[in-house]
Amino acid sequence: MEITTGWYLVLGAMLFVIGGTGLLIRRNPLVMLMCVELMLNGVNLSFVAMAQQLDDIGGQTVVFFVLVVAAAEVVVGLGLVVAILRRQPGATADDLSALKG
Amino acid sequence: MGSLQLVGFVGPSVNWWALLPQIILLGAALAVLLVSALAPQRASTVFTTVTTLCAALTSFVVALGLWSDVKADGPSSSIASAFGVDGFSIFFTVLILIGLATTALLSHGYLDREEMDPPEFHALLLCSAAGAIVMASANDLIVMFLGLEALSIGIYVMIAMHHRRSEARESAIKYFVLGAFSSAFLLYGIALTYGATGSTNLVHIRSYLDAVVFQDQHLLMAAMALLLVGLSFKVAAAPFHFWAPDVYQGAPSPVTGWMASIAKAAGFAALLRIFFAAFASHDVDWAPIVGALAVITLVIGSVMAILQTDIKRMLAFSSVSHAGYVLVAVHSASATGTSAALFYLFTYTLMVLGSFAIVGAMGPDDEHPLSRYTGLGRSRPVIAIGFTVLLLAQAGIPTTSGFIAKFQVIAAAVESESYFIAGVSMVTAVIGAFMYLRIVMAMYVVDEGEEGPRPIWHWTTSVVVLAAVGFTIIVGLVPQFLIEFARDAVPVLVRG
Repeated sequence: MEITTGWYLVLGAMLFVIGGTGLLIRRNPLVMLMCVELMLNGVNLSFVAMAQQLDDIGGQTVVFFVLVVAAAEVVVGLGLVVAILRRQPGATADDLSALKG
Repeated sequence: MGSLQLVGFVGPSVNWWALLPQIILLGAALAVLLVSALAPQRASTVFTTVTTLCAALTSFVVALGLWSDVKADGPSSSIASAFGVDGFSIFFTVLILIGLATTALLSHGYLDREEMDPPEFHALLLCSAAGAIVMASANDLIVMFLGLEALSIGIYVMIAMHHRRSEARESAIKYFVLGAFSSAFLLYGIALTYGATGSTNLVHIRSYLDAVVFQDQHLLMAAMALLLVGLSFKVAAAPFHFWAPDVYQGAPSPVTGWMASIAKAAGFAALLRIFFAAFASHDVDWAPIVGALAVITLVIGSVMAILQTDIKRMLAFSSVSHAGYVLVAVHSASATGTSAALFYLFTYTLMVLGSFAIVGAMGPDDEHPLSRYTGLGRSRPVIAIGFTVLLLAQAGIPTTSGFIAKFQVIAAAVESESYFIAGVSMVTAVIGAFMYLRIVMAMYVVDEGEEGPRPIWHWTTSVVVLAAVGFTIIVGLVPQFLIEFARDAVPVLVRG
């Protein structure tokens, strides 16, 4: 069976959905950060697959920008997680409920 | 010859003059950080505030220069059509710079009072403002995404900088997780747009969509839906608004003002540029979805605001309902609607910054119960009058800018024959007015002999409140200049 672009797009979509679901249901802040990464990498895969399909270098260049942004986001995210865990060791998303929504 | 040669590589031409407003802001951010790192003592709040204000002012002068260029030569774009210079981008640059100057003034007293670090705060604020300008000027979806991230990452840290309060950290992580979540949606939308049209450049997307008739437009529909979800999170439109009350309540008040005004305005700038300018030929597809979002947002924003007891949460839901009005204007997908949206955003920004200036001065940021405002009309009559004007303007009372803004939005909805949505906006305006009047009543209706509250007032707060109230009344009485500015600011996509 031949592997076409569609397969990569489906894989990208699956990674995105797994990441999104994980972000919504997991309670550990570190796992939530990993889920965000998974979502972004699903998008990256789609970009590369489409760039290949369209024979255009633009989509592959985008991935570098996204990687840089993801790294910057993780730096801030880990900083926040560390700041919270230092005051409340073992805190999960459920413990962060002083503000009632 | 061992040297590497790039044969035939020519970089895109860059119009540095057009980029100058952001470059000035980033330069000021670096200067603030460098001076504070090298100086033997902690840099004072006065130094950082003055630097930020000077940067905002210089940037503003450059923006005015660009405006006269656009008036004379028409809109243009630069860096391989990725960065647009049109009335739209300059409108938002001016708005963002006003927000920047206001927030810098508000933080002046606040940072000292709450023992926060001024250099870091101001550097982040300047980067965040530069990101917002990039986002409003971008003609390329990826540049827009980078601007959005620069705007948001600065805000995540600014919220969490209040290190003595756990609520600030909690609200920062909530905003961070949902911000990253929505960015991923936006980015997926960009990827699908790229797949459907072959480019991330809005100019190219526009001409492609005008020329090609799709056999199967599922991919494009999915792209539009994902872009809309991502941006709805950013502008706090229901049903993607649930983070807003918590985050607004926990964040330091000047940062709340910045989020409610500039982050929202930049989000709407992106929304208008993508949907109104680039996807114009497919407005039959996206306008109904935006209309549905507008109705849900208006109803949830105004009804939930009534049920709150904390002022910051009330204002959070009121900002949700304001997003609804702007969406009503976007829904009409016409030049009239777009300039109504721009007018609304401009007046709303000033109102909300003035309101959060007063909220920030009313005492520690732990909670802001309505009871804290009881008797303000007696103990501080001038402040109470200012707050009353700003609240009534948000309710849309005539002779304030809020009335003109709401009127234009509803007129645009009627013009596009969306009578149902126009009706819903009028009804929710009445429901929303109840919430604002409740705060006004609390300030003035008080038992005999009861002492009113004593706000922690700083002279910079007076400047901000005075400017906001003055602007609100002046635009309410003579709105013509702002209406014309908004009319000239409808986005145009040109190849550079």
